[in-house]
Amino acid sequence: MNGGVRRLSFLIMIVAIVVWSLFPFLWQVITSFEPDADLAGSAPKWLPFPGGTLQHYRNVFVAKDFGPYIVNSVIVDVTATVVALVFAALAAYSIARLSLPGKGAVLGLVLVVSMFPQISIVTPLYQIMQRLHLLDTYQGLSGVYIGLTLPLMVYILWGHFRAIPVEIDEAAKIDGAGPLRSLWSVIIPVALPGVVPAVLLGFIASWNELMLALSFTTSPAHQTVPVGIANFTGLYNIPWGDMAAASVVVTVPLVVLVLIFQRRIVEGVTAGAVKA
Amino acid sequence: MTTTAKTRPGRSGGTESLPRGGRGDGSPRTGGHRGVAPRGKALLLVVPMLASLLAVSLYPVLRTIWLAFRNTSLEIQGDQFTGLANARHLAHDTIFAKAWRQTIEFTAVTTLAETLLGLAIALALARTFRGRGFVRAAVLVPWAIPTVVTSRMFSWLFDQNGLVNYVLVKLHLVSHAVNFLGSTSLALPTLMLADIWKTTPFMALLLLAGLQTISPTLAEAARIDGASAWRYFWRVRLPLLMPSLLVAALLRALDAFRVFDLPYVVTGGGPASSTETMSTYTYKTMFSGLELGYGSAMATAMFITEAIIAGVFALFIVRRLRQEG
Repeated sequence: MNGGVRRLSFLIMIVAIVVWSLFPFLWQVITSFEPDADLAGSAPKWLPFPGGTLQHYRNVFVAKDFGPYIVNSVIVDVTATVVALVFAALAAYSIARLSLPGKGAVLGLVLVVSMFPQISIVTPLYQIMQRLHLLDTYQGLSGVYIGLTLPLMVYILWGHFRAIPVEIDEAAKIDGAGPLRSLWSVIIPVALPGVVPAVLLGFIASWNELMLALSFTTSPAHQTVPVGIANFTGLYNIPWGDMAAASVVVTVPLVVLVLIFQRRIVEGVTAGAVKA
Repeated sequence: MTTTAKTRPGRSGGTESLPRGGRGDGSPRTGGHRGVAPRGKALLLVVPMLASLLAVSLYPVLRTIWLAFRNTSLEIQGDQFTGLANARHLAHDTIFAKAWRQTIEFTAVTTLAETLLGLAIALALARTFRGRGFVRAAVLVPWAIPTVVTSRMFSWLFDQNGLVNYVLVKLHLVSHAVNFLGSTSLALPTLMLADIWKTTPFMALLLLAGLQTISPTLAEAARIDGASAWRYFWRVRLPLLMPSLLVAALLRALDAFRVFDLPYVVTGGGPASSTETMSTYTYKTMFSGLELGYGSAMATAMFITEAIIAGVFALFIVRRLRQEG
């Protein structure tokens, strides 16, 4: 095989990878701008403009009242991510830096817990929340998401914390800083490249979660985006255009985050898995 | 759904940008050092995490196992110990058997396809070329998209008026539109395809990270020895990549086995239970049938199957590591 052919086939492969990854979502974007008449037509239109419409976006926010789902998701997921970050940072610091008895057991527990299928916790959680009057509340769902995202965050932060030279916190200790202080003003700033993926992955995980949100929230007043999309139906036919518009609205922020923090996310997720 | 599976057992933080200290990448024990704080303080710091995990995961799982032996139901207000009655009932539940088979099938096909395709993509991305950063970012997009959105996307693409049917008809591959999601034989494969679309790229990035830990001097040595690229792949790269490949496949398999969002949103488990999975069927039993005890027995069966999958992989991984010495 000569170099030219080889380079061409490599190029084709790369283009195929990009098209495979981006096209389905791009199609959703195109669909979201097309009038219903075109969507029902026999031949798809490849470009939404000219002849495009913002009607579907209007429908999503006005007729379908989709806004509250987004607000609910932001409230629940931001709360869960912030609290989980604090809990995870404390725990990871203790495991990586302090003389915690039974470190191996704690890490093992975190790993095992992260492998439980969601369906195996849903009934008891439902009963607990019912008893505590936490069903269909922000606090209830946030609380569950804290527990759900913790294992992942602990692992990412632990990996980053222990990579920091011990001399750094020894210096802090000589300066008279206690463990909490050196965690806050020394470890976290140095390990910021690890904090970013922990936050992003935790947030994305909560933002995308369906089963528990479906089980623990019952009214649109507290339901989150995935529930809203899952329950999206039309009166007479399937509203593909509206659905596409809603999909675009809830996905674009994530896609932007991913594009900005691409490297950090990959690092965060691959932390450790590579050499395990 | 994909949440927890992203946790990786780990040794290094993967932090090229961080200064590495003398003991920085040692074992957890050497990472910490005695005397900075008393044990009590160290314990205190893990309490919030342990309390959360206990409340949200550990206690609920144990309680699910306990419920599996009871006839708890929201409909008849029953709540008694019934021994193995649920297990016997399960053994004769044909839909459960079907869901179990389909879930195993789904897990096997998607994990295998995602691993192989992911490996191919990883090998392509391991080369240096212009625009590599963009390609890596593009590859992350399907992973970041909420699964409910993926579900709606694929429902639309594979609809009878959708793009896939339009292209198939135009290319004269079929004479008239295929009802992919309404067919008992095609619905499950369509869901598998959606899962493969969503997860393959991510798998590729995991494997790419594994490939990049292989020292370039090995490639150099292989080249000097006159090994072909093919031989280099089979004899050097693949064996070195094997442990990370197995770990990635394990996490994928565990995640695929709990598949819920896709069938729930796209087909609702139909047509004729042909896309019912363990998670969707269990969910229906609990929240539509209100049979908490029986549903818990299903969840426990699922839990056991997951443990077996993890055990089999762990065996492989340990054997690999032993071989390497």
